[in-house]
Amino acid sequence: MNSLHRIIKAVFVLGTIAILASGCTKPQHSLTAAGATFPYPVYAQWFEAYHRETGVKINYQPMGSGAGVEQLRRRTTDFGASDVAVQDDILQSMPRQIIQLPAVAGAVVIAYQLPGLQKPLQLDGPVLADIFLGKVQRWNDTRIAGLNPGVTLPDLAISPVRRSDGSGTTGIFTSYLAAVSPQWKQQVGVGKSVAWPVGIGAKGNSGVAGVIKQSPGALGYIELAYAEHNHLQFAALRNSAGNFVLPSVTATTAAAAGAVDRLQKDIRASIVNASGEQSYPIAAFTYLLVYANLENAQKANELKGFLQWAMSDGQHMAEKLYYAPLPPQVVVLNKKVIQKIQ
Amino acid sequence: MKTDLQISTSSNIRASQLRQSRFGNLGDGLFYWITLLFAASVLAVTALIGFQLIQASLPALTKFGWRFLVTSTWDPVHQVYGAWPYLFGTLASPFLALLMAVPVALGTAIFLVELCPHWLRGFLSFMVELLAAVPSVVYGLWGIFVLIPILQPVQAKIASSALSAIPLFSGTPTGYSMMAGALVLSIMILPIITAVSRDVLSNVPAAQREAAFGLGATHWEAVKGPILRSARSGIMGAVILGLARALGETMAITMVIGNGKDASWSLLAPANSLASILANQFAEASGLQMPSLMYIALVLFGVAILVNAAARLLLWNMTRGTKHA
Repeated sequence: MNSLHRIIKAVFVLGTIAILASGCTKPQHSLTAAGATFPYPVYAQWFEAYHRETGVKINYQPMGSGAGVEQLRRRTTDFGASDVAVQDDILQSMPRQIIQLPAVAGAVVIAYQLPGLQKPLQLDGPVLADIFLGKVQRWNDTRIAGLNPGVTLPDLAISPVRRSDGSGTTGIFTSYLAAVSPQWKQQVGVGKSVAWPVGIGAKGNSGVAGVIKQSPGALGYIELAYAEHNHLQFAALRNSAGNFVLPSVTATTAAAAGAVDRLQKDIRASIVNASGEQSYPIAAFTYLLVYANLENAQKANELKGFLQWAMSDGQHMAEKLYYAPLPPQVVVLNKKVIQKIQ
Repeated sequence: MKTDLQISTSSNIRASQLRQSRFGNLGDGLFYWITLLFAASVLAVTALIGFQLIQASLPALTKFGWRFLVTSTWDPVHQVYGAWPYLFGTLASPFLALLMAVPVALGTAIFLVELCPHWLRGFLSFMVELLAAVPSVVYGLWGIFVLIPILQPVQAKIASSALSAIPLFSGTPTGYSMMAGALVLSIMILPIITAVSRDVLSNVPAAQREAAFGLGATHWEAVKGPILRSARSGIMGAVILGLARALGETMAITMVIGNGKDASWSLLAPANSLASILANQFAEASGLQMPSLMYIALVLFGVAILVNAAARLLLWNMTRGTKHA
């Protein structure tokens, strides 16, 4: 009996050593990355498809944009991802020059719960800002009614829903509100988490979607994919050309195309409230962050290969997941930059 | 009394034996030092946590000082931070939860020990313990999908009735509120208070119970008098365990409390808690937000220590009273 125990123990110990040892020898072709959670569904598909096609394995940890930048700064990852473009002060704290590449674009949707409403509500930026400032409090407010002629709106309190956690989605939404409302810009400002004047806070896109789904009178902002998956009603927003546009993948790509002039000067330029007849106003890129010089020729080549692939084949895969492909002009800009990676 | 004496003598003997053999027997000596090391490591970990929290929160500590505890602005854009709404929520929600849970838990425990027919006892005890095993995220989901839809019409009724003149019931209700948070908390702490109280009650010496009945006491009189009196320090301990769970609870609370920005007296208004804001904002914090969140953690740590110390003091006071009587 005793010897049997010893044998079992020995097998166990050897097995553990074998597992540990195999973990130490890294597979030949692999890259590690970390960052934004918002584009993770797209990235996960990209990495899987790219692994199947080329054998290069990419391990991605969706830890959040801030963590993605931090890990890249510490050089624990080969590349990073962030929902907000990295600004100059942080760029200067990085050990070496960083290249920022828009990967796909996303739209933030104004979802609401109003039983009995047939067609999508129409809203504009100033009204939206005043709802989140607590100045427009009821659904039958004259300003909402004015944007929706012929629609009978209920005498119901608007209950604004927003994120309780720090999030790139909040960053995009508040940058839109700041662009359309001077009071918002001055009083609240733009950030991943802000001092909301009113509203219920919920954690994550799924949390906000859940609250909206359950509470009649609720209105909140979530990403397009979550609104579609949760079958929520969402509003058409008035864009800078004066048209009411429903959020969609095409309207998001149109917004990115409408901002090309700005993007050519600085790839980090905002695409909220972009020009163009069909542009949806609350749109943003999510970025891949790469060192311009990786100091490792093999890794640099693998990364370049993947990025080129993401700019061509990858773009087509995004649409099915409700992420907007980049407009061709931005793809051209990206490809030029990718070639410079060493 | 006799049993108490026996226990204390035998433990004295054990201790003195150990003392004698500490240097005589190598094995026992080693055993002594190893267990001492384990016991000391608990202290060391606590001290280290406190030290780390102070160190990490230093920028916020020096900038905001004690005013951090009493100001209500939490504005990452303008880098102004104050923790009062969160501190308020962390103190108020467990208090409300205890208010609801303790009577129910105590009633259940008394029923289980004193009045319950034998065939039901096992089943009921099992159900109570089952509640304790449910993960907190499940309570949160239950709160969102079951409790809140029930609360919404109830709160709407309260808000449109005359009750809304009382500050406790003012405001526009949405379901996500201090009330929802406290209710979910109260259900979460119910099993631990019930289970511990039940054990304490069943440890009341049978002689006391029999003596009470022998003197002609009714069930109610027996429970009210000798049984609760001799069990009260243990029951207090059960309440403290419940309170400790309520103070640290994060996930379930953040899902139903509404994550509001104000400290409000209204039960219908969204509220917040220290643990909740930590869990929400930690991942994407930048600049002074991180030290401020660490300051929040430090405050939570301090609140936990203070509450536990206060409870200990209360307990000590009560047991001292018992011994004199």
